[in-house]
Amino acid sequence: MIEVKDIKKSFGDQMVLKGISTTLDAGKTNLIIGQSGSGKTVFLKSLLGIHQVDSGTISFDGRIYSDMSDDERRELRTEIGMVFQGSALFDSMTVEENIGFPLKMFTNKTKKEIKERVDFVIDRVHLVNAHTKKPSEISGGMQKRVAIARAIVNNPRYLFCDEPNSGLDPKTAIVIDNLIQEITKEYNITTVINTHDMNSVMEIGDKIVFLKNGLKAWEGDKTQIFKTDNEAVTDFVYSSELFKKVREAVLKEGL
Amino acid sequence: MLIRYTSQIGRYFLMLQEIFKKPTKWSVMRTLIFKEIDDLIIDSLGIVCFISFFVGGVVSIQTALNLTNPLIPKYLIGFATRQSVILEFAPTFISIIMAGKMGSFITSSIGTMRVTEQIDALEVMGVNSLNYLVFPKLVALLLYPFVIGISMFLGILGGWIAAVYGGFASPSEFMTGIQTEFIPFHVTYAFIKTFVFAIILATIPSFHGYYMKGGALEVGKASTVSFVWTSVVIILVNYILTQLLLAK
Repeated sequence: MIEVKDIKKSFGDQMVLKGISTTLDAGKTNLIIGQSGSGKTVFLKSLLGIHQVDSGTISFDGRIYSDMSDDERRELRTEIGMVFQGSALFDSMTVEENIGFPLKMFTNKTKKEIKERVDFVIDRVHLVNAHTKKPSEISGGMQKRVAIARAIVNNPRYLFCDEPNSGLDPKTAIVIDNLIQEITKEYNITTVINTHDMNSVMEIGDKIVFLKNGLKAWEGDKTQIFKTDNEAVTDFVYSSELFKKVREAVLKEGL
Repeated sequence: MLIRYTSQIGRYFLMLQEIFKKPTKWSVMRTLIFKEIDDLIIDSLGIVCFISFFVGGVVSIQTALNLTNPLIPKYLIGFATRQSVILEFAPTFISIIMAGKMGSFITSSIGTMRVTEQIDALEVMGVNSLNYLVFPKLVALLLYPFVIGISMFLGILGGWIAAVYGGFASPSEFMTGIQTEFIPFHVTYAFIKTFVFAIILATIPSFHGYYMKGGALEVGKASTVSFVWTSVVIILVNYILTQLLLAK
């Protein structure tokens, strides 16, 4: 579980996060949603420690990030898996090498053990015929699967995903969403997903935090989002005619 | 502007400090070092050999063509070639070329990793990305003096072939020139310079790649800026080292 208390972050004169508090639960897919420029990416990068917050606290299962030494932070980071928007796979490595990288770096496993674990994870994310290919030789959807495999290979306690569906067709996007949700429940991981894909919100939103102008404007789950009267949320989520109709139908007939 | 430059210099030295913190696991680092030796040293040998051989030849021909007074001995062609190649051409001229070749490779490869969030990925995993990316390059470039040694040899060989087969001097005259007033410290001086240039070649392009911001276009710009600054620093350090080591 990740607890965030009143975090603020500015860049120069511009305050991007204006005091956000929330709890991101283990075993759930926690979605951070909001318009472009609402502070989602800065929020995610602050949780990851890529941005140092100006004030407030972030605690990982009781361990307060700002109180940790550099070594403790690096140790914590070995418990984190991250799926970047552009996958961020290492160009010079094959799929297998990319996935095995965290094991090679942070464990004392033998080559055989690493190979076994990599094969298991490759199988888990349903990757076929990609072991020895370079990232540039596989499709965007496959790259995302490799990124997920790399993120979970070392059994992380926390999984962060930045726009995991961007650039993917709707069918592949749903496959990736479901994969993330399955893995989250299977390994009881605290998963935080940064997205503005409404399909993801409706499919896997166990908890949804809506950010607007650097503040938390609403939080709830995928069932509550249909019923909320919060204008900021309805403006954002139901900006398309299709979703407006879906909402009307759901409210009329119930979920 | 002065504040910006001072802050960049400060940042560069902080980066140097960071390179040696939290070392990467040796089994991983060893592979990275061999890869960098291949990319930076082995891949540079071809162009270094080609340029050294022909520039050595040109130095020799130019010297010969300028020795119009019959009272000046022909062995000076060999002498001038040796001095030019060992003192300046091999260590400095080749390093400037390498600032373009190796430097732009280093900046663009690290810069691309920055743009595509691969460096963020390393950091999020808990890897000291500066140690992971820059340290192997520094170690690989410890072999750079060998490249310059080869350059010195081929430069003089090119000069010898151009002088002898161009009919400007006999083999024995050229050999006499090469051996005339040879000061071994000049070779030491050249290798001291080369060692310092190797550190510059590994770190300044890495700095420009690592701290770049933006997208693909900025990667290209960073490579150009990196080449300019690496060359400027090499020229300045060359002057300072020459003053310190050779001036009496």
